[in-house]
Amino acid sequence: MSDQRGVDRRRFLQCMAWTGTGLVWSVAGGVLSSRAIGAAEAQPAPAAFSFAQISDTHIGFKGAANPDAMGTFEAAIARIKALDPRPAFLIHTGDITHGQKAGAFDLASEALKGTGVDRTFYVPGEHDVFADGGTEYLNRFAAGRPGRGWQSFDYGGVHFVGLVNVLTYKAGGLGSLGAEQLEWLERDVAGLASSTPVVVFAHVPLWTVYPQWGWVTDDATQALAYLKRFGSVTVLNGHIHQIMQKVEGNVTFHTARSTAFPQPAPGAAPAPGPLKVPVEELRGMLGVREVTYAPGKDRLAVVDASLA
Amino acid sequence: MSPWRRITLAGTMMAALLLVSAGPARPQPEGPRVEIKAHGFGSAELTVRPGTTVTWINHDDDPHTVTSTQNIFRSPGLDTDETYSYTFTKPGTYEYFCTLHPLMTGKVVVRSES
Repeated sequence: MSDQRGVDRRRFLQCMAWTGTGLVWSVAGGVLSSRAIGAAEAQPAPAAFSFAQISDTHIGFKGAANPDAMGTFEAAIARIKALDPRPAFLIHTGDITHGQKAGAFDLASEALKGTGVDRTFYVPGEHDVFADGGTEYLNRFAAGRPGRGWQSFDYGGVHFVGLVNVLTYKAGGLGSLGAEQLEWLERDVAGLASSTPVVVFAHVPLWTVYPQWGWVTDDATQALAYLKRFGSVTVLNGHIHQIMQKVEGNVTFHTARSTAFPQPAPGAAPAPGPLKVPVEELRGMLGVREVTYAPGKDRLAVVDASLA
Repeated sequence: MSPWRRITLAGTMMAALLLVSAGPARPQPEGPRVEIKAHGFGSAELTVRPGTTVTWINHDDDPHTVTSTQNIFRSPGLDTDETYSYTFTKPGTYEYFCTLHPLMTGKVVVRSES
């Protein structure tokens, strides 16, 4: 996105997208006047950028809820490839594979190269670690990093944190970050200015969506306490295969669609799991997400695109 | 994209063969069956004699595991209609859960005849 072009069609559409998601489109105090188009032309603002979120690809799924999960995965890749401007990177929020069968991780990461986006940051879902306690995932995606798969990086003035909440599943338990990761998170964000926008991504929702189905992370409150002082926190999750949003103070929470199969709304079925819908409705319930950051805006624009 | 699909299929078939060849070549073991359905273990608490083979069968579209909380037994991921059997030889209480859905828990109590 270039400020030099003024309010052209795409820019207009992006603004529409901002409002279209139902999020508050607010501008940091004092910034609004300096964002007038004339001023922006005279003194270019730091560049905006976007990234894409893909989630719950469940490579290897062959259930009745989607007999062609590989086909919808490929459609999701095509969606991302068509994004303009091209996303700076991808975030995969877990359940890369369905049954952690041999070759599934390779299949996913090779196929994602078809997006034309150079880099993908992963966090695991429980389907990626249940068979071996995470050994294969960590060797493949987190080799050489301290900790158990968690990570952070900075891009374009935004601080990104990938959290892992599926490695400590115990009988009767829920998604959990654990003490070691929480200590790391506290240290990781300690030196950041409170004005730094923060994006947190993890597989299981970091807010209480539906504990009866395990759609919650039991110690997320502690993690969020470390992020409370920041003016803009965007939390991106997967796991529940449907879009849900919540705003709590400066934190906006978003869960994403899957590319493989939908799941029922919380409590709408006896149990979670693949939801069979009429074939003509399926692609409308699968999708990918584009997230755009523009300097001067408190909230990132989160735009979901279905595969319909 | 079709080569990929073939690779997945081959991988799945290999895994299926491994599952089949893991057990001795004899008919389905006699003994109680635990039906896994709607994210629950059908007989969440089961009492058996030592030497009993218990078989779990997954009827869900989601995969599940049967995993001992004390690391005594551990099934692979069970896809739809796949089974897992374990023979309990010693008396005791054996708790287990699904490593994919840890809210799913069950228990086998092994008790000698008296």
